[in-house]
Amino acid sequence: MPKVTIPVGPQHPALKEPINFMVSVDGETIVDADMNLAYSHRGIEKLAESKTYLQNIYLVERICGICSHTHTTCFVQGVEELMGIEVPERGLYIRTLVAELERIHSHLLWTGVAGHEIGFDTLFMYTWRDRELALDLLEMITGNRVNYGINTIGGVRRNIKAGMKDQILKHIGKLEERVQYYTDMATTESTVLLRAEGVGHLPENEARKFCAVGPTARASNIPTDVRKEDPYAAYEELDFELITSDSCDILGRLIVRMQEMVESCKMARQLIENLPSGPIRAPMSREVPAGEVVSRYEAPRGECLYYVKSNGTFYPERLKVRASTYANWPAVVYSLKGYYIADIPLIIAAIDPCMSCTSRVAILDTKDGNERKVLDMDYLRTYGIKWYKEHGRGVRRR
Amino acid sequence: MDLVKWARIKSPWVLHLNTGGCNGCDIEVLAALMPRSDVERFGILLQGSPRHADLIVCQGPITKQMRDRVVRIYEQVPEPKFVMAIGSCACTAGVFQGCYNVLGGIDKAIPVDVYVPGCPPNPAAIVDGVMKLLTKLKES
Repeated sequence: MPKVTIPVGPQHPALKEPINFMVSVDGETIVDADMNLAYSHRGIEKLAESKTYLQNIYLVERICGICSHTHTTCFVQGVEELMGIEVPERGLYIRTLVAELERIHSHLLWTGVAGHEIGFDTLFMYTWRDRELALDLLEMITGNRVNYGINTIGGVRRNIKAGMKDQILKHIGKLEERVQYYTDMATTESTVLLRAEGVGHLPENEARKFCAVGPTARASNIPTDVRKEDPYAAYEELDFELITSDSCDILGRLIVRMQEMVESCKMARQLIENLPSGPIRAPMSREVPAGEVVSRYEAPRGECLYYVKSNGTFYPERLKVRASTYANWPAVVYSLKGYYIADIPLIIAAIDPCMSCTSRVAILDTKDGNERKVLDMDYLRTYGIKWYKEHGRGVRRR
Repeated sequence: MDLVKWARIKSPWVLHLNTGGCNGCDIEVLAALMPRSDVERFGILLQGSPRHADLIVCQGPITKQMRDRVVRIYEQVPEPKFVMAIGSCACTAGVFQGCYNVLGGIDKAIPVDVYVPGCPPNPAAIVDGVMKLLTKLKES
């Protein structure tokens, strides 16, 4: 009977990519991993060609429900460059504030999912509870919890009213406190350390070779961040640190994300305190001059890339999206090798991928020849938790 | 009211199914299960297997590739079964209308009992949708 798999996790790359890992094992150890990408997509890039630029903002926002602001910002930035629009300072500040709050909510969500994968459901519940704080803030600023609809070509659609500032600062204070708590927890809590330390090793040169992006690359000690390298929106005026870790394992990816949340809180505070006055958007025409542009944006998961080609009409001629998860798949395949079957869920979850895409894993036993078993993510998760309970932590790999 | 019906109304088990959506509704459904809304106190429990579920909660439009799988999952759920379409995409395909790989709303593949529009609907709206279904059940 075919196994039905239910998506547990939330993140979704730009196009829905059902991914199939073929994992070859020798007993418990993974010898080789291979993946198949097949597209069960909706055809967003094609549909975008028949919608106007303004309509497309709402379409690309719905590529991903978690980093929706990523996609709209990346898209409007490109279109603004084509049209030669100078976005007012205040508009850029509000845009950046929403981006940083989105990063906090996305990283908290990931922490919860990672906790779930190692069987630490208390952490799952805790982080999702605190994630609501970030969602409340987003709802206060944009009016929506998930698809914010705040970006428009030339600026943003909603202003931050004077009375909201204190409330936002109060909320950020609460968030800072919780984020600090998780940062301390990640480095001391033995439940996390047991499963994350030394697992999914991805050395610096390999991460470079596979062109890893975002926290996955930064945890392998590669200082890459579009916010620093090619500052967009208001990042040039912000004081923040680029977080890296040299541990190159899952613990490193966890710590990088935790500290990034601390930095994001810091940035949100700076943005609110130094919010310039003035208009929030510049006037725009509906026609976009012919040309092509590439826009970069540091999404919570890494660099997101948009390519927009205009032929001088109301509609784009071509829109190409390369989301961050897509760039991280080769690194996952590498970091799976040499570890136990019980580590598969966490190693795959560590890049913050689309769980619905990675629900199917096929196990190939090299000892018994060609026996193939198809396991779903839920089964693997339970298996991993049980396996570690029985074997303790004495076992280390590679 | 017979015992089985009473039990079903008191504790509907839910299957969470993404049929090709953007995950916005998925996280809102999950958020409804998390400490703030905590629908588990009403006996609503997330299930991994369709064979244990009473209620399928669908998100996203039906893509060509998902259609057969959705029908198969629907057939695996024991009778009587109910379907909720969460979000505008699940109701009418929403913003993805016109995509070459999208067939339309969930009702293009399986019968739907409750529609919850919104992009995405608030967790409170999702809980309200479940409650409406349960009230309908009670009266039937």
